Amino acid sequence: MSDLEIQARFQLAWPGFALDVDLELPGRGVTALFGVSGSGKTTLLRCIAGLERAPQGRLVVDGDIWQSDQQWLPTHKRPLGYVFQEASLFSHLSVQDNLHYGLRRSRRSSRSSLDQAIELLGIGHLLTRNPDLLSGGERQRVAIARALAVSPRLLLMDEPLAALDLQRKREIFPYLERLHRELDMPVLYVTHSPEELTRLADYLVVMENGRAIASGNLAETLSRLDLPIQLGEDAGVIIEATIGAVDNEWHLARVDFAGGSLWAKDQGLAPGTSVRVRVLARDVSLAAQQTASSIQNQMPGQIDAIGEDEHPGLALVRVHIGDTILLARLTKRAIATLDVGVGKTFWVQIKSVALLQ
Amino acid sequence: MLTDGDLQALWLTVRLAAIVTFILLLIGTPIAWWLARTKCWWKGPIGAIVALPLVLPPSVLGFYLLLAMGPSGPVGQLTEALNIAPLAFTFWGLVLASVFYSLPFMVQPLQTAFEAIGERPLEVAATLRASPLDAFFTVAVPLAKPGFITASILTFAHTVGEFGVVLMIGGNIPGVTRVASVQIYDYVEALNYSQAHRLALVLLVFSFVVLLAIYAGRRFRPVRGV
Repeated sequence: MSDLEIQARFQLAWPGFALDVDLELPGRGVTALFGVSGSGKTTLLRCIAGLERAPQGRLVVDGDIWQSDQQWLPTHKRPLGYVFQEASLFSHLSVQDNLHYGLRRSRRSSRSSLDQAIELLGIGHLLTRNPDLLSGGERQRVAIARALAVSPRLLLMDEPLAALDLQRKREIFPYLERLHRELDMPVLYVTHSPEELTRLADYLVVMENGRAIASGNLAETLSRLDLPIQLGEDAGVIIEATIGAVDNEWHLARVDFAGGSLWAKDQGLAPGTSVRVRVLARDVSLAAQQTASSIQNQMPGQIDAIGEDEHPGLALVRVHIGDTILLARLTKRAIATLDVGVGKTFWVQIKSVALLQ
Repeated sequence: MLTDGDLQALWLTVRLAAIVTFILLLIGTPIAWWLARTKCWWKGPIGAIVALPLVLPPSVLGFYLLLAMGPSGPVGQLTEALNIAPLAFTFWGLVLASVFYSLPFMVQPLQTAFEAIGERPLEVAATLRASPLDAFFTVAVPLAKPGFITASILTFAHTVGEFGVVLMIGGNIPGVTRVASVQIYDYVEALNYSQAHRLALVLLVFSFVVLLAIYAGRRFRPVRGV
């Protein structure tokens, strides 16, 4: 399964919208299809599911042809799971019967896949309930379990959190992160939320006007300066790291990454735990010397590139710390005053970081 | 009290309405499904044809059907080719005419119910490995259940209330085509008002109960979303 690869090429034209993509996606981990609404990410997902039929297209999943010029596999014959934006549970069936609906019709699935899904999403106590009586968050958890119960070879999720309020999102997030950690199943995840993107994705496809304008490893793609990425205030990078040590006196944890380490609030994670650290560009600043400052995370870094930002007064600066890349959002005046230039070394000050896992 | 003739007429009416409702469930469901989901331009003309009996005087419909069932009409020639007796002035002729006459009462509530379900539950079913036919029976039909109940009750009741078409097609043959509404007409013609009253009351109560069932059912049915 780890060699599974997805080749997706679709061309489709509707009045006022055209989809034109040619992508190779990894066969493992979570691939985020990211973009503003109307960018074609949901249409792309529906084409992959066979819910939409692009007149020109080719789709190969793990060596199996799902669509080509000669061939078209209808949705119900594709070994996939699909989670819609609204939970879309069958209201005439109980939670249990909803979960069994796909299970009974799928050759690949087994009782154990259902039991695993029920356990993973913590819905064991809801089985006899009527879907109409569940909360929005519970409904979406059941819908995710229902999609997992058929043991799909590919899981497609269309903004599964978008219809939920903040509280419900927080309720579901841990389950999605568990899914990400524990299941060896490739996931295509449509989202327009930078938060979901940075917490869940391993691989990123940025969609704009029906085209994929960038695709690649999440950390690399986020640190690119040439992308008009719609992250805005949330522009920043993620760093894969491990907890190196815990300082119980100050309630801090040392996070080690390739090329350095930083201190973050201790969240009770044991040393050795893999974490994902999110560093926003607006929280990174540069100084000519190491200074006595309330900002404790300071380390030397080399300027790699300087690019335009969303505002004419601002610039995004890419800094290397060992093998790790950070983005810093600076004013252009600061760049001129400090004489920031490519190849020079500065002290990088990181005001705050977020541990995501 | 009701005479044997009245009971015979009532039984005939019920039998006719039940058979017509059954046949229309079989014919009307696919038509309603198609009308609810197609994007083809035929939807307009077909929808209009289905709705015709709502506005057409029953005598007009009956007249055309009578011609069709006659020796030179298409139905008449078909029955002759199949070597069966002509349908005009028979019970099965009445059934055929009533199927046309009550068609919109079956199709329209079903079409509305199917449209209300929308595309989503069927897409969900497809992603859960259900073929379109499977999804129709296990998702669309159960979700449209209130529509099926309403459509069946309306079709049954409307067939019971038929009069003009029956006179044109069926005539007035006791035990064969003389339904309750025609029986009442006969009583009134013969100035037998007391007998007419009894039978009319039966139909009045029946109609009220039917409508009560539909409206009360509508009121207390929980709102369901998918």
